[in-house]
Amino acid sequence: MFDLDRWQEIFQTLSKNKLRTALSGFTIAFAILLFTLLFGIGNGLKHTFEKAFNDDANNAIFIRTGQTTQPYKGLQSGRKIQFKNDDYSFLVDEFDTKVQFLSARLYKNVQAIYKNEQNNYSLRAVHPDHQFLEKTIIDEGRYLNMFDLKNKSKVIVIGRLVKEDLFGNKIALGKSISLNGVTYKVIGIFYDEGGDNEERLIYMPITTAQSIYGNNDYIDQLNLTYNPELSLNEAISFGNLILGKFKEKHNIAPRDQAALRVSNMAEANKNVGQFMMVLNVIILFIGIGTLIAGVIGISNIMVYIVKERTKEIGIRKALGATPKSIIGMIMLESIFVTAIAGYAGLLIGVFALKAIGDSLETYFIINPSVETYVVIGATVILVIAGTIAGYIPAKRAASIKPIVALNDE
Amino acid sequence: MIKIEKLHKSYPIGKDALHVLKGLDLHIKEGEFVAIMGSSGSGKSTLLNIVGLLDIHDEGNYYLNGQLIENLDETKAAVLRNKFLGFVFQSFNLINYKNALENVALPLYYQGMGRKERNERALQFLDKVGLKDRADHLPSELSGGEKQRVAVARALVTNPKVILADEPTGALDSTTSASVMELLKEINREGMTVFVITHEEDIANETDRIVRLKDGIIISDEKVLKKATV
Repeated sequence: MFDLDRWQEIFQTLSKNKLRTALSGFTIAFAILLFTLLFGIGNGLKHTFEKAFNDDANNAIFIRTGQTTQPYKGLQSGRKIQFKNDDYSFLVDEFDTKVQFLSARLYKNVQAIYKNEQNNYSLRAVHPDHQFLEKTIIDEGRYLNMFDLKNKSKVIVIGRLVKEDLFGNKIALGKSISLNGVTYKVIGIFYDEGGDNEERLIYMPITTAQSIYGNNDYIDQLNLTYNPELSLNEAISFGNLILGKFKEKHNIAPRDQAALRVSNMAEANKNVGQFMMVLNVIILFIGIGTLIAGVIGISNIMVYIVKERTKEIGIRKALGATPKSIIGMIMLESIFVTAIAGYAGLLIGVFALKAIGDSLETYFIINPSVETYVVIGATVILVIAGTIAGYIPAKRAASIKPIVALNDE
Repeated sequence: MIKIEKLHKSYPIGKDALHVLKGLDLHIKEGEFVAIMGSSGSGKSTLLNIVGLLDIHDEGNYYLNGQLIENLDETKAAVLRNKFLGFVFQSFNLINYKNALENVALPLYYQGMGRKERNERALQFLDKVGLKDRADHLPSELSGGEKQRVAVARALVTNPKVILADEPTGALDSTTSASVMELLKEINREGMTVFVITHEEDIANETDRIVRLKDGIIISDEKVLKKATV
């Protein structure tokens, strides 16, 4: 129940004993401030690693071909393995439910000409799913679709930097570009968080590239993402299964390492996951350590405060204060100071993180921040600690005989 | 008002016990002005602490205002102290960060009286001890005699049955002592029971009855023969 008189009594005590109030407030505010800063910087480190692995879809599997290094089933070593369209269909047929997105890739280097501008670019001929595999983000227009593939349309999607090179500030969408002498229409412009090289690419339907540049059904690489519901270990064995099936299909010796390579993000993720776990443990350790230091600090101060007030408590008791009212007074004071100071520390910490946040990027700390519930949780813990730390000596002080308390100098 | 029968009190000192009060019998009627005298170690402070419900006795009976004091816990004792007793201490025991008015009003706060009412009442009692103009002074800004007057006002403010004064003049010079004693006498004339502890003969002579204690036993209990006063 709210008792105005009691609060007036508390405000008076706090404001007349400024040093004491400031001391306990400072301890709490400083502990929360340190907690917020350390936790925030730890999180910033985490963000850096998350971002570093954010270029491609993090459940991607890439399958590349090479040359055999071992003779097998009467075939010589040094044979070049070539993927074709039926390898794409093979993946669809064999692993339908385990595959989320699937695309083939065909590489070409092209010379692009638009009016007086010209430049050389890498071309990737792909399926529409490739957009999700590469995390390509469409800025203008659209990405390739199944219709383009079916009709072998002469359309391309160009990277942001390709557009800048050839068109400058002018509109590129709907314009025609010549690639190695064949004219294509620009239907989309994209950007990619993977860096400049990723934005200097041109995408075209794989069927178009196959018919124009080779008149065959060759594929250089197969990219897919596994079903995200698979666990990391399931995903790793899925990658091995694909490798085995393709070796069988292309008559490659089971031990041949070079003829076919599967890079599975699940394996990298497992390593990153372990690293992140260690990082999390360190951050947690720092957080708990700071909190413990704060709890000990506030406990000491509360013990000291109650000790200092023993005589005052004796006077109050002689004048008719019940033990309950003494305990209530000390606890309310403690809760009030710790809550206000904790909130202040929280605000300072959050603002400090915001202020210094961007300047720390050179130290591999991106967007250092703390989730609100974490800081509020920490503040609540300190308030509770302060309360308990106040309760124990308050109870003892309230139960000593007034005559002993009065004689305390 | 205060009735004590065969009161015993011991303090443990290590393994032994120090027997301080050895079977005291004392009866103080309403409106009396009594001094307890004795050298240090005679048990007079212990007696006052027990009478003041600041400490508990071991054996014997203690009736305060006709009520037998037994099985006293701190909460009950606090209520009784607030209702029946007013204290004046040698070292004043004012709360140093509260001004005179707030110190006097504090017992009323523990009675649950509203802020406005208790400040009015406290001011009225400060006026009674002649310190109305010092109401907003902190104890550190008051002289010793003024501090003790504030303490007397604080003891009186709840309108108690008994004022218990433990060496009220012990820290004061003789002029201020006389004025504080005059104040206590005046209170007594208005009908208040006043119970003073002192080791000074001339202070005791200001009261109506002197009880002498020695080694935990009452050795004399006599009326003070008053010279004819104007």
